[in-house]
Amino acid sequence: MNAYSVHDARWGSPRVWFVAALVMAVAPWVFGSGLAITMLSQMGIAIIACLSYNMLLGQGGMLSFGHAVYTGLGAFVAIHALNRWSAAALPLPVSLVPLVGGVAGMGFAALFGYVTTRKSGTTFAMITLGLAELVFAMSLMVPEFFGGEGGVSGNRVVGTPAFGISFGPAIQVYYLIALYTLASVVLMYAFTQTPLGRLLNAVRDNPERVEFIGYNPHRVRYSAFIIAGFFAGISGGLGALNFEIVNAEVVGAARSGGYLLFTFLGGATFFFGPIVGAILMVLAFVLLSELTKAWLLYLGAVFMLMVMYAPGGIASLVMRNLQLARHGLLRPMLGAYGLLGLASGLCALGVSALIEMVYHRQLNAAMGTQLRFLGGAVDTASPLHWCTLGAALLLAAAFFEWARKRFAVQWDAAQQAIEQARLQHAGEAP
Amino acid sequence: MEFFIISMLNGLSYGLLLFMLSSGLTLIFSMMGVLNFAHASFYMLGAYIGYTLSGVLGFWPALVLAPLLTGALGALFERYCLRRVHPFGHVPELLITFGLTYVVLEVVQLLWGRIAVDFAPPPALQGPAFTLVNHSVEGLRWVWGAVPLTLCSAADASLRIVCSPFPATRGFMMLVALAMLLSLWLLLTRTRIGLVIQAALTHPDAVQALGHNVPRVFMLVFGAGAALAGLAGVIGGSTFLTEPAMAATVGSIVFVVVVVGGLGSLSGAFIASLLIGVVQTFAVALDYSVGSVLAAWGLGLSPAWQASSLGHLTIAQVAPILPYLLLVLILIFRPRGLLGTRDA
Amino acid sequence: MRKSSHILIAALAVAFAGSALAQKGEVVKMVRIDAQSGLLGPVGVNQLKSYQFFAEKFSGKGNPAGVTFEVTGIDNKLSPTESLNALKSAIDQGVRYIIQGNGSSVALALTDAITKHNERNPGKEVLFLNDAAVDPDLTNSKCSYWHFRFDADTSMKMEAMSSFMAEQKDIKKVYILGQNYSHGVQVAKYTKETLARKRPDIQIVGEDLHPLAQVRDFAPYIAKIKASGADTVVTGNWGSDLSLLVKAANEGGYTGNFYTYYAGVTGTPTAMGTNGAGKVYQIAYSHYNMGGQMDKWMAEFKAKYNDDFYTGSVIRIYETLGAAMAKAKSTDPVKVAAALDGIRVDSFNGEVEMRKLDHQLQQPLYMTVWQKADKKYPYSPENTGMTLVPVKTYPNYVSSTPTSCQMKRPS
Repeated sequence: MNAYSVHDARWGSPRVWFVAALVMAVAPWVFGSGLAITMLSQMGIAIIACLSYNMLLGQGGMLSFGHAVYTGLGAFVAIHALNRWSAAALPLPVSLVPLVGGVAGMGFAALFGYVTTRKSGTTFAMITLGLAELVFAMSLMVPEFFGGEGGVSGNRVVGTPAFGISFGPAIQVYYLIALYTLASVVLMYAFTQTPLGRLLNAVRDNPERVEFIGYNPHRVRYSAFIIAGFFAGISGGLGALNFEIVNAEVVGAARSGGYLLFTFLGGATFFFGPIVGAILMVLAFVLLSELTKAWLLYLGAVFMLMVMYAPGGIASLVMRNLQLARHGLLRPMLGAYGLLGLASGLCALGVSALIEMVYHRQLNAAMGTQLRFLGGAVDTASPLHWCTLGAALLLAAAFFEWARKRFAVQWDAAQQAIEQARLQHAGEAP
Repeated sequence: MEFFIISMLNGLSYGLLLFMLSSGLTLIFSMMGVLNFAHASFYMLGAYIGYTLSGVLGFWPALVLAPLLTGALGALFERYCLRRVHPFGHVPELLITFGLTYVVLEVVQLLWGRIAVDFAPPPALQGPAFTLVNHSVEGLRWVWGAVPLTLCSAADASLRIVCSPFPATRGFMMLVALAMLLSLWLLLTRTRIGLVIQAALTHPDAVQALGHNVPRVFMLVFGAGAALAGLAGVIGGSTFLTEPAMAATVGSIVFVVVVVGGLGSLSGAFIASLLIGVVQTFAVALDYSVGSVLAAWGLGLSPAWQASSLGHLTIAQVAPILPYLLLVLILIFRPRGLLGTRDA
Repeated sequence: MRKSSHILIAALAVAFAGSALAQKGEVVKMVRIDAQSGLLGPVGVNQLKSYQFFAEKFSGKGNPAGVTFEVTGIDNKLSPTESLNALKSAIDQGVRYIIQGNGSSVALALTDAITKHNERNPGKEVLFLNDAAVDPDLTNSKCSYWHFRFDADTSMKMEAMSSFMAEQKDIKKVYILGQNYSHGVQVAKYTKETLARKRPDIQIVGEDLHPLAQVRDFAPYIAKIKASGADTVVTGNWGSDLSLLVKAANEGGYTGNFYTYYAGVTGTPTAMGTNGAGKVYQIAYSHYNMGGQMDKWMAEFKAKYNDDFYTGSVIRIYETLGAAMAKAKSTDPVKVAAALDGIRVDSFNGEVEMRKLDHQLQQPLYMTVWQKADKKYPYSPENTGMTLVPVKTYPNYVSSTPTSCQMKRPS
């Protein structure tokens, strides 16, 4: 399955972009609360960051453990610029601040990137790890630039509002972010279609061969690194505007880890994968932790399952099913899908019920032994409840195994049919 | 003088602990090409399992059993998770160990709580192994065990007596690390299984063709690596602190050691860990600020820079992050590492 | 549309208000934004339980205004960004009182955001009650009219600590060790300032800052402290940085005293154990053996939650809020803020005052020492068999420090 195959044309069609722009424009009216608007803004920011990260990971094969360095440093430079502009009362619009962040991200990427991109693979990963640790450690020790513990704060409501837009209300910032997001996504998609973008894929797949045809893999990687740094900086600058405060956590390991985890979860081999991952990232960090105290455990477990069973991420799952649909083989599978979905849903319910009970005993023991789980009350002190849930989980697991086998048989048959069709089409089979 | 000796011993013992940790990681990497992100998590598991077992069975049985249990857990992980991911390449292998760190951290916190636990060393190891008594008149003296406090303070103001005890736990740490190094070397070079491992390192297909069960060898090696980490955990946890954050703090340093020493080289890991342990320990003693060092070299900084926090930053303050600086420099100038045989 | 119905309801409420206790029975919703998961989860959970435990005690008849306090928690995972999201969520739910304390970085982000929100949204103001973030900037350069701090800040604690140290004649050489971020830097700064003022003969023989929560091996630092000949170490370290330091001091044979800020926080008593008995001092605004009502409450809390209660600010917040709401005859944050300005309340350890100038609560402080629990001081945190015993009490005026706050007050 190659994302950059003949079917690319579908993604590049104006229809898709138009729909995306429409969705972004209408979203804040559908979800109107303050929290929802700030989450939508953060999704936009995360989309740009994850796409820029995937430029390195998915398109370039460069596993970076320190991408937050570039988004974070871009954010710091952006907020310092904002403060300088407000102090000097320069007639520059606040909407250009993210571009300053972008240029800063580009600059730092140029500075660190030359030695970082000399080799790909494990060496690259280790250098980015070391750099990330260094920058984070320095962030607490150099308060002039990093603002110490409180970070650097700024005010985006400066100057005279043009066309009545002062960027005070969060919704105005959202639309600015939406514009930048749309523009960045279009530009990054366009990058994948350029010769440099294609070369980057080639360098990922076979750097030796790229040398044979006369290109320098190091230079290709370095250029891609700088471009990724630019978009990372834009993402950081938008974050600075959204929160009006930037502090050391934006260059932290947790953030770099988050980019890695969710870009991979969304799907590193497809262009739209990181977009899915970014949306999931914001949802997980903001909402999931409110729903359950075990959210980190779920995250780690889901990630591990994804790596084992669907290394192409959610995007690959979607694309595979689209491929089935194109061959008209999806409808017969729906029954098997339904059973599998039901079985895995039951399993997940059982597992999460048990996990929640354990967490409840540990963290909330003082609140009594009753746990509210999906509308029903479970008594964590009663062995009967534990045993019942355990037995139910075992049953669900058995059901899941049966449904999975049935599904696997049908899936293999469908894949064979597709392969047969492809060979026929290519004239290699009767 | 005693300051130098004690600091040297501190540095060496810390370095040897790092070696215990990184040897397992090097072994796994040389064998399977997998950089095990979750290695520090096995360290933490070893410490916590050791804590529970030592509460039930005593410290010495726990010292033997906890690494074995940790190794078993590592082997299980390899068999059911890592093996499945192996055909996808090195990046997914790294990523699955990355995901494992989150899971292990949460499970440890679930089972043992989120605050530090009191994992105390056994009575035989409590107190100092020996004490250096530096008398301003009588000179330096070496005394086994502890020295009563009365002998450490001088009644006469003109005399100065400084007692520097060296904890027994640290001495034990050094002994175990050296014993481990010796037995690893013997195992790899003198026993049959060691030769098979060495062969599978470079020619896995040939070894499989000769009839050895290479996947089982991989599982054993991963388990052995995890067991070594667990052993380091029992010792490190009882000497320092056993808490959920212990994996995160020591994890990155171990990577530095392995990379600086050279991926795949045990002797490189040994030298690198000693180097980092000693450098970190001695750097703390150096109070020269970046500004003053540069000035001594004739590169004076402007007054604004001198006054800024960057100029004031002393070497002692940056001591704990010197390993990362070393990592970046090594990767820039000598990506193979000090004694590495293969490029990453 | 919603705003006009608010005005209607408010008008009706005013119309029906007759007695001074117009807000009797009114529910005051408060949200605590703090870590509920992760490494500092236990501290955040403990403090949320404390708020909910005392909400019952101080609601209704428990406060002069007769209001009912309701506290819920939102997990911010100690991240300033997440805290801003939590703030938005709380505002969406109509909550007007935000409480937070763990992490000055979060407090600074929240102060900034709340001040901006109040400026841009008149009529929807929100108050920020800070129960533990001790960065002095919050009541100096970054002070805000809408922020109220109930803990004593770093400079106040150092004033009291240095007064104690000034009286100890055997302190001759002091070593300052801290974590290399604002807190550690400020502790070092105030130590030098106050000691120079009160005991110029004390020599500062060394000063070291180490990266936060990264050092596992404090033996080199202990060796350095010993080599300097210091008899006392002043440190603002907390968490593993403090427990490992005390452990290393024990092993390295260092016999000097440690003057600390955070020896009593969740996790450190267990990690310190019997190390440091008689040698570790702590400056704080409460301790475990205060007697009277406090002891009863602590016992009740322990029986109910099997956890120690140590966040005295909780009680202060309820007492002052209740008094302010009674004085303002309203629960509207703008009026309550005006009433909180300069309010004086009798609290569990004496009279406290919310200073008008910078919204810093002026309060008594205690110097305590870590030692074995006995009949006189029985309460032992985390069942360690040890406790913090008071050695000296300092009334408000001792710890009071000047401020550079230029507060922008609403007209």
